Amino acid sequence: MSILINKNTRLLVQGITGQEGFFHSAHMMNYGTKVVAGVTPGKGGEWVLDGKIPVFDTVKSAVEVTGANCSVIFVPARFAADAILEAADAELPLIVCITEGIPVSDMMRVQSFVQQKGVRLIGPNCPGLQTPGACNVGIIPGQIAEAGSVGVVSRSGTLTYEVLYALKLNGMGVSTCVGIGGDPIKGTNFIDVLGLFEDDPQTESIVLIGEIGGTDEERAAEFIRDRMTKQTVGFIAGKSAPPGKRMGHAGAIVEGGEGLAVDKIKALTSAGVKVVDHPEQIPEMIF
Amino acid sequence: MKLHEYQSKAVFAESGVPIPRGGVASTASEAKSIAQELGGRVVVKAQVLVGGRGKAGGVRLANSPLEAEDLATQILGMRIKGLPVSKVLVDEAVEPVAEIYLGVTNDRMMGCPVMIASSEGGIDIEEVARSDPEKIVRVYIDPLLGLQEFQARYLASAIELPRNHWREFIKICLGLFNAYKKTDSTLAEINPLVITQDEKLLALDGKIVLDDNGLFRHPELVEMRNIDEEAPAEREARIYSLSYVKLEGEIGCMVNGAGLAMATMDLTKLAGGEPANFLDIGGGASAEKVAVGLRIILSDPNVKVVLVNVFGGITRCDEVARGILSAIESEKPEVPMVTRLVGTNEAEGRRLLADADMITASSLKEAARIAVEKSKEVGKK
Repeated sequence: MSILINKNTRLLVQGITGQEGFFHSAHMMNYGTKVVAGVTPGKGGEWVLDGKIPVFDTVKSAVEVTGANCSVIFVPARFAADAILEAADAELPLIVCITEGIPVSDMMRVQSFVQQKGVRLIGPNCPGLQTPGACNVGIIPGQIAEAGSVGVVSRSGTLTYEVLYALKLNGMGVSTCVGIGGDPIKGTNFIDVLGLFEDDPQTESIVLIGEIGGTDEERAAEFIRDRMTKQTVGFIAGKSAPPGKRMGHAGAIVEGGEGLAVDKIKALTSAGVKVVDHPEQIPEMIF
Repeated sequence: MKLHEYQSKAVFAESGVPIPRGGVASTASEAKSIAQELGGRVVVKAQVLVGGRGKAGGVRLANSPLEAEDLATQILGMRIKGLPVSKVLVDEAVEPVAEIYLGVTNDRMMGCPVMIASSEGGIDIEEVARSDPEKIVRVYIDPLLGLQEFQARYLASAIELPRNHWREFIKICLGLFNAYKKTDSTLAEINPLVITQDEKLLALDGKIVLDDNGLFRHPELVEMRNIDEEAPAEREARIYSLSYVKLEGEIGCMVNGAGLAMATMDLTKLAGGEPANFLDIGGGASAEKVAVGLRIILSDPNVKVVLVNVFGGITRCDEVARGILSAIESEKPEVPMVTRLVGTNEAEGRRLLADADMITASSLKEAARIAVEKSKEVGKK
């Protein structure tokens, strides 16, 4: 078992003929992911990636023909909101948006529609998900994690890779890794993923990687205290970040006294989470 | 990107929010002629993108055009929290009988806009939130419907605004929301919104913070950017789409990915040093971008050592190494450099850097420790 994606995931790539979409589609296929279709408006009817993948003009037609049940979005920021809305309208149960730089105003409208449709959005501005050995959706490098029992959920990209790699070096495997993204408004939050890990029999312990900005970690702490039985280890990035400055991610900013690393660490610690000072310490905390 | 008060108020006025009569001046003589046109008492206000202008003496009352000219001369020569004042706003002076706060922003937790009102205007709303939280009223706005009249009416009633002002107040709420929406702002704020002695509502001060990700839809607003107030390093970073934040320490950090960049700063601090900056070169950075990043770090005179931490996924370590070499060639840095390259094409990256005079580290912890040690050695020399 794993969460959200597995070897039966039938993946559709929106923006498959773009530079990013094309490059990562090849990587996802090499990993063994079942990429079944691509969508690029105006290029329907073409075949790409050695003629293996059919391209469609619309998500609806791609789903009808190929039975895709998950979409990953690589389209540029100014078209990304429309791409998510199209995938939600086609009722794809899982939509993963990698794109960074979508206006917040767009995301608020998108979020409202996605919730109405009852589908799950992961991201935007995220590295995607990986169930090692089975399925890779997004841009997480393929060789840095083995299959195992640790569930990983993170707001970051490369920092997550760092943790996956540290786990691998220590002989620990991962059930599923979920990058929920660095934007202030996103489809899936820590608590959604924590709930899924709690219910997943393969996942025995969880690593939560947070950062400054917002109060998602504080809400996660409450959820862990009230609902979780599995061991959780955490790391929060941005202890040295000054207030009022956006640290790369649109959502990584301390504003009005809210979003401080120290408050998040305090909340998680009091909920029983072991919070480490150093991402490379994570493996030794898991047992 | 923040807009100046005069720019924000102009945007509000376009959406039907009443603002005082006034004009913006870059010279004292312009300020004088604006004051002459307005007649009567005026207020001369420094236009800088930091809070605390009033306390710094950047907002002054003038009784005559000559006095306005004199004050403008003083204010235009000022620096407020390090920023030069290049423009002043000259507004008619208003004697308020009451000051209200009205703002709209994005609520992260609820995922929708929120309009906030308070009867305690004229001071920092975060201050009110701490001292008198019950004096702050919020309505959450459906992003698909927008602000509704009943919500504005609720705000009016909840802040106990006298009923004779409700009609005008509701119009201002709708106008403010419209301004926020049409500019893709993350904050649009009137503070204070005042009731004047002749029983009118007027937006005395205004602030707009634009969503940088929404700027592609607003070339007219991008033109309002005041590059004088942007540090050269920050401007260069913006042009090359690098995320750069200058800090006060001595260890320059260049990292791929925002989370890892923050973690690298944290570890530097944990090892006893202070980071000089946050710098994320982004995913899949080219050698050119890496070279620009390194140049920006080296342009900071406080930097005593540079720490490069790259975990290659879509970013290739060999490409990063090429960028480092090209920056070394052009900048000839005298500070030591510590690099840690892991992931895609790491062997090739390390080989390229082998001949350069560079310290390599295998783990993040080790890299931070060495960087801090080196910064202290440099300090002793």
